[in-house]
Amino acid sequence: MIERLINLDRRIIFMFVAIAVTVPLLAKFNLPVRTTRDVENIFNKIDSLPENSHVLIAFDYDPASKEELQPMAEALLHHCYQKDVKVIGMTLTPGGTGLAVSAIENIGKQYDKTKGTDFVFLGYKTGVELVMINMGENIYSAFPEDFQGNPTLNLPVLEGIDSLKDFDYVVDLASGSSIEAWIAFGKEKYGFDLGAGCTAVIGPDMYPFLQSEQLNGLMSGLKGAAEYETLIKQESSAVAGMSPQSVVHILVVLFVLFGNTMYFMSKRNR
Amino acid sequence: MKKSRDVYILFSTLILFFLVNIFYLSMGWLDFWGKGLGIVTGAAFTLAMYSFLYKDNPVFKIAENLFVGVAMGYWIIITWFNILKPDVFETILVPIFKETGTPPQFTILIPTLLGMFMLLRFSKKLAWMSRWSFAFIVGLGSGITIPNFIHAFILKQLTFDSLIAPSIPVSINNFLVLLGVVSVLIYFFFSVEHKGVVGGISIIGVWFLMIAFGASFGYTVMARMSLLIGRIQFLIRDWLGLIQ
Repeated sequence: MIERLINLDRRIIFMFVAIAVTVPLLAKFNLPVRTTRDVENIFNKIDSLPENSHVLIAFDYDPASKEELQPMAEALLHHCYQKDVKVIGMTLTPGGTGLAVSAIENIGKQYDKTKGTDFVFLGYKTGVELVMINMGENIYSAFPEDFQGNPTLNLPVLEGIDSLKDFDYVVDLASGSSIEAWIAFGKEKYGFDLGAGCTAVIGPDMYPFLQSEQLNGLMSGLKGAAEYETLIKQESSAVAGMSPQSVVHILVVLFVLFGNTMYFMSKRNR
Repeated sequence: MKKSRDVYILFSTLILFFLVNIFYLSMGWLDFWGKGLGIVTGAAFTLAMYSFLYKDNPVFKIAENLFVGVAMGYWIIITWFNILKPDVFETILVPIFKETGTPPQFTILIPTLLGMFMLLRFSKKLAWMSRWSFAFIVGLGSGITIPNFIHAFILKQLTFDSLIAPSIPVSINNFLVLLGVVSVLIYFFFSVEHKGVVGGISIIGVWFLMIAFGASFGYTVMARMSLLIGRIQFLIRDWLGLIQ
């Protein structure tokens, strides 16, 4: 019996996980989402910006991380547009362009924002740290045209912006190592305030940068996105995803306990 | 027997998927010419990908290959329109053949050629030329990265907060950070035998490592489950319309 349980078909576990995710979504029960200081810091920073400030959002992720980072991007954009802050988007990942355009433009429409005046998406450039250094010297040399091919030099949304130093806040939404690059080649060189959102996998690696104040705030994974949605009082897919998240975590803990119990029982029987 | 069962499951699933979509389209719950086609395609690919959890199968293979192909095609188009066209084609070639008001920027030929040299790795005779590109990349990369990384990731991280902080929780936190860093470093210091005081401190280091690995594992579970939650939200909200 114990041997059979130890060699349990993995597809049964998959089925349990699928049920644990689907049932809470269908039952629509929401667990409270407590906000943390790291996410509040990003919220407070954007909340404190005066009208027509400039926020640069780097959409450094692709569809593989969409489920975690797109809700974050959308929540941030809602907040920026609510505060009448000018949004400048860019990406260092070619796969991030479609997601960035859809988020910036669709949410902009909800607030009657105009492309080129209230927001712009500069597009993708290759080179990561070289792009940052180029932007730090002259943003128009790094991005002479926006994603649609319009010259950036006379865009009203970029009025008052010459380089990275002129941004009131920069947020990097990353699924890779771009946050480290933004710290080393952006924040440390040009001295702007930097916040970050990242996938949960790389979240733990980012905490040393919070303690050294190289990041002013951090949103980590779906939980970070849910916290931001809670702070702006626009609960959406991230908050809805937190109840299945909690149920699945309980299930994983139970499976870990089950696996260990079975292992030790089989060892004793031998 | 087992193979015929798998074929039966595969075809039943395909027929069920087809019937569900026909039903939704005929009821007008999915607008085929609007977002519907995209949603049905997305649902099909999502289910095809997850079918691998049951077993490797032809539907998964087709979806996997299509994904790689589409992603590569998308990358090429984005790279052309965002980099090659504005930075190379329109700055060197167009001004040569057409009056644009700006002279051709021949300096861009240097990085363009270095980039092209990298592709010569595929030629046995000319592969040596790619070393120039790699030498340039390594040299430039080191020159830019080393000083910036030392400043941002070593010197800045060495800035030490006082153990006597304004509040007790911050003091405790600072003490734990110090203890964690020192004990983990001692655990990885193999020049001294881990006995006595050194052994005791290295055991504390092991505890810190275990807690860090546990936190990483928890975060990884959250990340992977978030992807599943997102896909199931898509299936039951956007495709089947069971939730709003």
